[in-house]
Amino acid sequence: MSNLQTETITMEQMKTNKDNRFLQFWRLFRRKKPAAISFYFILFLFIMMIIGPFVTPYDAAEPNYTSVLETPSASHLFGTDEYGRDILSRIIAGARISLSVSFCAVTLGAIVGSILGLISGFIGKRVDKLIMRTCDVLFAFPELILAIGIVAILGPGLKNVIIAVAFFSVPSFARIVRGATLEVKEMLFVEAEESLGASRLRIMLKHVFPETLPTIIVYYTMNVGTAILAAASLSFLGLGAEPSSPDWGAMLSVSRDYIGTAFHIVFFPGLIIFLTVLAFNLLGDGLREMLDPKMKD
Amino acid sequence: MGDDILIEAKNIKKYFPIKTGWFEEKKYVKAVNGISFHIKKGETLGLVGESGCGKSTTGRLLNGLIPVDSGSIIFNGKDLANASKNEWKKYRQKMQMVFQDPYASLSPRMKIKDILREPLDIHFKHMSSMEKDKRVEDLLDKCGISKFHLNKYPYEFSGGQRQRIGIARALILQPDLIIADEPVSALDVSIQSQVLNLMKDLQDEYNLTYLFISHDLSVVEHISDRVGVMYFGNLVEIATKEEIFNNPKHDYTKTLLSSIPQMIPKARRKQMN
Ligand SMILES: Nc1ncnc2c1ncn2[C@@H]1O[C@H](COP(=O)(O)OP(=O)(O)OP(=O)(O)O)[C@@H](O)[C@H]1O
Ligand SMILES: [Mg+2]
Repeated sequence: MSNLQTETITMEQMKTNKDNRFLQFWRLFRRKKPAAISFYFILFLFIMMIIGPFVTPYDAAEPNYTSVLETPSASHLFGTDEYGRDILSRIIAGARISLSVSFCAVTLGAIVGSILGLISGFIGKRVDKLIMRTCDVLFAFPELILAIGIVAILGPGLKNVIIAVAFFSVPSFARIVRGATLEVKEMLFVEAEESLGASRLRIMLKHVFPETLPTIIVYYTMNVGTAILAAASLSFLGLGAEPSSPDWGAMLSVSRDYIGTAFHIVFFPGLIIFLTVLAFNLLGDGLREMLDPKMKD
Repeated sequence: MGDDILIEAKNIKKYFPIKTGWFEEKKYVKAVNGISFHIKKGETLGLVGESGCGKSTTGRLLNGLIPVDSGSIIFNGKDLANASKNEWKKYRQKMQMVFQDPYASLSPRMKIKDILREPLDIHFKHMSSMEKDKRVEDLLDKCGISKFHLNKYPYEFSGGQRQRIGIARALILQPDLIIADEPVSALDVSIQSQVLNLMKDLQDEYNLTYLFISHDLSVVEHISDRVGVMYFGNLVEIATKEEIFNNPKHDYTKTLLSSIPQMIPKARRKQMN
């Protein structure tokens, strides 16, 4: 607890050190080891997302029947799958699919949810009641069941996975942003703006919304982890990515038949999902301590 | 100093409901319980009273941040009660606030330059960007903030500097009336007098009218022409500064005066001159 307080950027710290805010932020952030390591890991994943297909040691899609189900070795670090494809190459190629699906989903959910939360908190009264009660109804479903239900209605496929995962992140964003909005709304500078003659819309967008951004960023980061897991689960159930594509969840799904005979082909996709989700959660935690020490789960 | 009245409050009331149980009778805090006063153009009316007596509420009623329950407010001869939305916007321009906590009243994520431009952006949509910048720089300069600070954020300033910025923001629309709610209470004594003197200079230069709210009698004595004394939502006495300090009529005013330690105000009065 005391650790948390000292690591939070205090106004004093900001004042004594008058250089760039971002540099300062970065310096403090680097001291949070788990978050910083997670950040580098995520950065690495992003680079893989962009240059992945050009650096994979083998073709991720081309079957090679001379090297089926090989255990990890110097030539195939993570081994090969049932079609003889290099698992490392598939994981690198799959970063594109798995990460972009969850980022799209969370971004969509965050935009819609934040707008609803901002409106709900700022306007209050009936609008607030209507939005929050709708969220309550959505909260009553377990998230994954809701997502499965949506994909079942819309049909399988990556686009629908994005919609489903976005859909279940909307109410949680709405709730969190509403809370932040309620708090900011009571601050003195909001009253000051009002006394200057600023319109309600201007106050909401220009003064209240920026103050809720740290909360949104923190929550966004943590939600990416959840979304990766959800997207992987849907793919695992055969509702998401094509079974033959190198999506991490789909890889797990296809390989589960070999779990007794070739453990590595289940292990490595599972490991990368685990590490990625963990990294996003740790990064989110670190950001929360710095940006939004008051926020609790 | 003309004798024209700039703003007048006629029997204004504001009760705040207190949360009570379901079956209990509804209760209210009588924050402002029917008070009347006026402020003449170019004059400073000090408003004193102990914590919770309704000083801030009076200020917020005057500039319409909260609506009055009853009574009327007349600004420049116009009753604000039946003003349209557009008219309100015009009044807002002519009536500005300075707050007690200069840090909390400035948007924390905006640069000083943008904080000061904000009122111009709201009210003068057609003013050119260069003209706005010039007005911001000139006024900050008058308030003792160098233009080298334009790109800084509020947290980078001291309390006194922040209040200067708050004052500059209140002045940028060239208002007639400034409602200052404990503008120096959060500042060190040495800085208080600097800020008070700045307010006096600006008043002379721009012919401003002040409603100056404070619980600190020596501060009020320093800046006011007339003083109103509030007690539990009522204005118990209002008179010239000399009357109030030398010949108080109401018992509560006498108590209030006798409760200031004599040594300190004298020392401070010296410091302020
Ligand atoms: N928005 C509000 N809702 C409910 N009660 C309020 C509200 N604003 C003020 N009050 C109550 O009205 C009374 C007068 O408050 P006000 O802030 O005007 O006092 P004040 O004279 O400015 O005090 P201080 O010197 O502490 O600033 C207090 O009892 C306060 O609790
Ligand atoms: Mg007050």
